[in-house]
Amino acid sequence: MSVFDGLKFRRVHSPIHDLDPRIKFLYVCAIFVIAILFMELLPLVVLFFMQIPFVVLAGVKREWIRSMKGAAFLAAVIFLTNFVFSFIYAGYATETLAQTLEYAIAMTLRFIVLVESFSIFFLTTSPDHLGLALEQSHVPYEFCFAFTTAVRFVPVLAEEAQTIMDAQKARGLELEGGNFLKRIRNYIPILIPLIVSAIRRSLELAEAMESRAWGATKNRTNLYVLKMRRGDLVLLAVTTGILAVAVYVRLFVPILPLISF
Amino acid sequence: MIEIKDVHFSYPNGVDALRGVSLTVQDGEFIAIMGQNGAGKTTLVKHFNGLLKPTRGSVLIDGVDTRKASVATLSRKVGLVFQNADHQLFSETVEDEVAFALKNFGFKENTVKKRVTWALNLLGLTQYKKISPFMLSGGERKRVALASVLAWNPKILILDEPTIGQDYQQKEKLRQFILQMKTQRKTVIIVTHDVEFVAECNPRVLLMRDGKIITDGEASKVLTNLEVLTEASIVPPQITQVFMQLSDLGMSKEVIDLYEAREILLNALKGDAE
Repeated sequence: MSVFDGLKFRRVHSPIHDLDPRIKFLYVCAIFVIAILFMELLPLVVLFFMQIPFVVLAGVKREWIRSMKGAAFLAAVIFLTNFVFSFIYAGYATETLAQTLEYAIAMTLRFIVLVESFSIFFLTTSPDHLGLALEQSHVPYEFCFAFTTAVRFVPVLAEEAQTIMDAQKARGLELEGGNFLKRIRNYIPILIPLIVSAIRRSLELAEAMESRAWGATKNRTNLYVLKMRRGDLVLLAVTTGILAVAVYVRLFVPILPLISF
Repeated sequence: MIEIKDVHFSYPNGVDALRGVSLTVQDGEFIAIMGQNGAGKTTLVKHFNGLLKPTRGSVLIDGVDTRKASVATLSRKVGLVFQNADHQLFSETVEDEVAFALKNFGFKENTVKKRVTWALNLLGLTQYKKISPFMLSGGERKRVALASVLAWNPKILILDEPTIGQDYQQKEKLRQFILQMKTQRKTVIIVTHDVEFVAECNPRVLLMRDGKIITDGEASKVLTNLEVLTEASIVPPQITQVFMQLSDLGMSKEVIDLYEAREILLNALKGDAE
């Protein structure tokens, strides 16, 4: 469940937490686009280290490291598949091994940068804030509500999964051991109760909301209204700057490889 | 026999759920663990089948340290029925649901069949055996969960909140059933908030508060001790409340049983009449 820890928001104040979620989201999207723009290692390394100040400023180092650890397994899979397949594609050529290796590392790093920036975003943005941002970007309220509820229920679901595992273990279910297929089969007694209770809960939630007159007024007003402040403008400028530099480098600057034998 | 020595337990998020619990449960005892929400009741019973291992201290089940045995082996002896049946039901039919644990424990095909029939019959579920457990009512689902644990006939049976969502008749059946288990020298431990149910069953009562056992004794002593009950946020049974109000008439305050109360009152009335 450690991957979910990266999504668990803690209510604290920091320069990053207090930023407008819309601008933060724009920043994450910019990083996303830049990561897709480059296939070379050097810019992706730069991109990776660029996020570190955000983590330190927001004071979410521990949670961030935990979610990165959660992503480590997938990263390893991505590295191996990229490496093996581009090695085969290159016709088992050993003279281009350095290139192949660099390419595989770059692809892995691209994934890590994506996870990194999204986990910073979710670690520093409360679900309420996020819903508010969506709402004030004129997304229909039904969708905003569905979204915030989904995010809210992730930790609840993780906890419930733990209880279900306990209940099935108490009935002699062994989760470890056996081959790959058997392991997957072992999880059926966990997944079915989890899904059934999630569906049941959503129906109950819907009924509870309707009995509390959800959607009775057409024009919703909010107690909190998002406002752009100086910090937001700074981040907006930084985002535009990074994006401009990235596009310029992409178009006009040759990028040197980092690894050579 | 369950031996618990100075057990401490902290959850990974830092909550200290148990702070030094010591307890010995003999074979064939009937125990009710009570206390307010968050007192550590469920955490404690999860130690009995090794789902949780103590951070300090030790839990021995028939002399076996729970840290050295798997949950599956311990469960063979200690059956734990969870509070929410929906956390374990997943099979297509009630029959399969009850057979699930038996298959996990490696019982033979015809033994499984026999045990399933026995357990379903015991809890009045035979008519539902081909039905999906999800189609049943809340109370029936709870009974299916109980049947699925009873089926392998564990020596120690732990029930977490067994009376929730059960009507009076079912509660009475549950009580009869527990008494029956007692005559078979099985250990039964229930975790409950239902003070009236406990008063009717008359077990050994443990009161918990803030991860500690604050009182341990007979139901008639514990449930009539207003001081410790208040500490554990429990209201005495109604019968006891009546007798507390009547204490100036010189009647015993330690009454939890309806029949005993009737006798005392009848005697008092006869005494007045004479």
